[in-house]
Amino acid sequence: MAQTKSEQIVIEPVRGWQVINWRELRDYRDLFRFLVDRDIKVLYKQTVLGFGWAILRPVLSMIIFTIIFGNLAQVDSDGVPYAIFSYVALVPWLYFSTALTASALSLVNNTEMLTKIYFPRLTFPMTPVFSKLVDFAISFVIIFVLMAWFRIMPTARVLYLPLLVLLMMLSAAGMGLWFAAMSVQYRDVKHAMPFLTQILMYAAPVVWAGSLIAERFGQTGRILFGLYPMVGVIEGFRSALLDTGPMPWDMIAVGTISALVIFVTGLFYFRRMEATFADVA
Amino acid sequence: MHMSSNGQAPEKAIIVERLGKQYHIGLKEDRQDSLLKSAGAWLASPVKNFRQLRRLSAVDDEEAEDVIWALRDISFSVDRGEVVGIIGRNGAGKSTLLKILSRITPPAEGRIILNGRVSSLLEVGTGFHPELTGRENVYLNGTILGMRKAEVDRTFDEIVAFAEVEKFIDTPVKRYSSGMRMRLAFAVSAHLQSEILLVDEVLAVGDAAFQEKCLTKMEGVTKVGRTVLLVSHNMQVIQRLCDRALLLQKGRLVAGGAPSAIVGRYLSDALAASTLEPVELGQQVRMNRLSVTQNGEPAGEFLDSEQPLEVHVHYDILEPVRNLLLGFNVVAGDGISLFRTYDMLTYGLGEREPGAYESVFQLPGKLLPAGHYFFEVVVGIHRLRWLSKGDIRLRLNLGGPRETDVDFPGVFSPMGTWTVYQNGNRE
Repeated sequence: MAQTKSEQIVIEPVRGWQVINWRELRDYRDLFRFLVDRDIKVLYKQTVLGFGWAILRPVLSMIIFTIIFGNLAQVDSDGVPYAIFSYVALVPWLYFSTALTASALSLVNNTEMLTKIYFPRLTFPMTPVFSKLVDFAISFVIIFVLMAWFRIMPTARVLYLPLLVLLMMLSAAGMGLWFAAMSVQYRDVKHAMPFLTQILMYAAPVVWAGSLIAERFGQTGRILFGLYPMVGVIEGFRSALLDTGPMPWDMIAVGTISALVIFVTGLFYFRRMEATFADVA
Repeated sequence: MHMSSNGQAPEKAIIVERLGKQYHIGLKEDRQDSLLKSAGAWLASPVKNFRQLRRLSAVDDEEAEDVIWALRDISFSVDRGEVVGIIGRNGAGKSTLLKILSRITPPAEGRIILNGRVSSLLEVGTGFHPELTGRENVYLNGTILGMRKAEVDRTFDEIVAFAEVEKFIDTPVKRYSSGMRMRLAFAVSAHLQSEILLVDEVLAVGDAAFQEKCLTKMEGVTKVGRTVLLVSHNMQVIQRLCDRALLLQKGRLVAGGAPSAIVGRYLSDALAASTLEPVELGQQVRMNRLSVTQNGEPAGEFLDSEQPLEVHVHYDILEPVRNLLLGFNVVAGDGISLFRTYDMLTYGLGEREPGAYESVFQLPGKLLPAGHYFFEVVVGIHRLRWLSKGDIRLRLNLGGPRETDVDFPGVFSPMGTWTVYQNGNRE
């Protein structure tokens, strides 16, 4: 039997910080694809509306926000109809919150697999980051329907949207890694997630306009707010699609740096905690 | 012995050196005896909980009092192509050993070298999703077990044929019978292409016919030169499949050698009735004592195989429990399983209130030939889980008054009745 040296596996005690095993991740890429596939196929099984939910959720939220914040509270919407103003923000926001929640809970919801089979644990929190893109894409299409309805033309800045989508995924992945690694040992994460996503939503300019930040806190305030990557993403979406102002490159730049820092530290923290997952799960 | 092509010593597939693994078990809760103290403890509990949860992942402080060693100082090696069985009671460390070998959990000390690709079957069907079709689950499960998509493609038809689910392969698995699901799950596992296979008790799926098919398949796997490490409670399986057996006891490797010898040693380590300490099985049952009587007398050293005998199980029910199964596996001295019996045969499966219980099984006389037997206590909750699967056992020596040098081979000796005619006339 041909046996190459590279197939030797050495198992030793694990202590402290670990590097990422890229080769192993590559070996398991088929599994990753099937897990993403499974997530997508299973999500709306045995529902009447099926993928209609991907449209219904942001649309219903839009209607509620328009009534409460647009009509009753008269929140400023940068001169565009409040309905589309909030919908354009809800599309990336709902992706972020669902992917983050699913990623954070991916380990505690799969303890059965965690304790029975070995495969790179990173596949767990990374799966929702990709599978939730399907909902995102479906709800994204509705933006154009609304724009036609309100007779709004997109700007040439839509070409930057793919960059914003990447930043959005990176933010969800980074925070997801942190919370997932924590959740195995501290189940508090499970109870905190609904509350946390709510705080994060009001912290991002979803129901309010990003222009408020500069008005209240000046340029420094803008940069500090930009540390929360979803601020730049949402304002970028509005700028590109609704022409609410120039592309907020300052916030996007700051947001990209902080998202990268969160992601890389998240990777290391996850790898450090990984050794204990099966024992404490 | 499998010699490698260059004629040197047999190449090792698995080398385990001084392996150890420790666990932190949470310390016992402090009990507060006054309302004020309880309130204080409640306020302080987040801090205490945080410390306790943090400790769960600590690996360094060996001196801590809540540390137990699940495995310690384990060293052995397995030749390429060898099939090695691991036996031992529950809690002996068998499953922990397989978990470390399959990289689910890291060791605390020592080192393992695995030469070749490893697949582990610690449980069949992990990752099966009820909403997905059989086909989708085969691919998902296959890749979870470490196959590439192309490998699943190649063996797909074989897997489906082995599981006998051709007609339903595009039906969601939730519409499968549990037997079909198990067969499909085992079929995926059985077709793994790796050089080293780690197996934990997964051969116990399906009905008798399918189990036989699984065993035959496993024998086939071992014939083609793959290395197998197998954990099982089933001594027949160990003796049938393995070239060598290892005996674990309380986390240490105490013996290794020919399966028949190791199995014999394992079985004769059986607990004597008088030494059984009360053990709690889950939260519902506490097993207190086993005893044997014959003709209304406590049994002595030898029992008469011609007379009925009674085995008594003394236990407490701690919480009301429904669907309790309590009984014995009756196993012959050489490891052959004879039969299983439960007290539900007369008592039923209704709710048992807390209290002290005694279940008595009467073994008819003239059923088993002289020899020694094991009564393994099995306790479980029907369709839910096992509380004890044969770790508590009692050894019985049956002797017959028919002391002749005539052999009566066989597992049973119901003598029946003979009538002898001579020239048509009854003697």
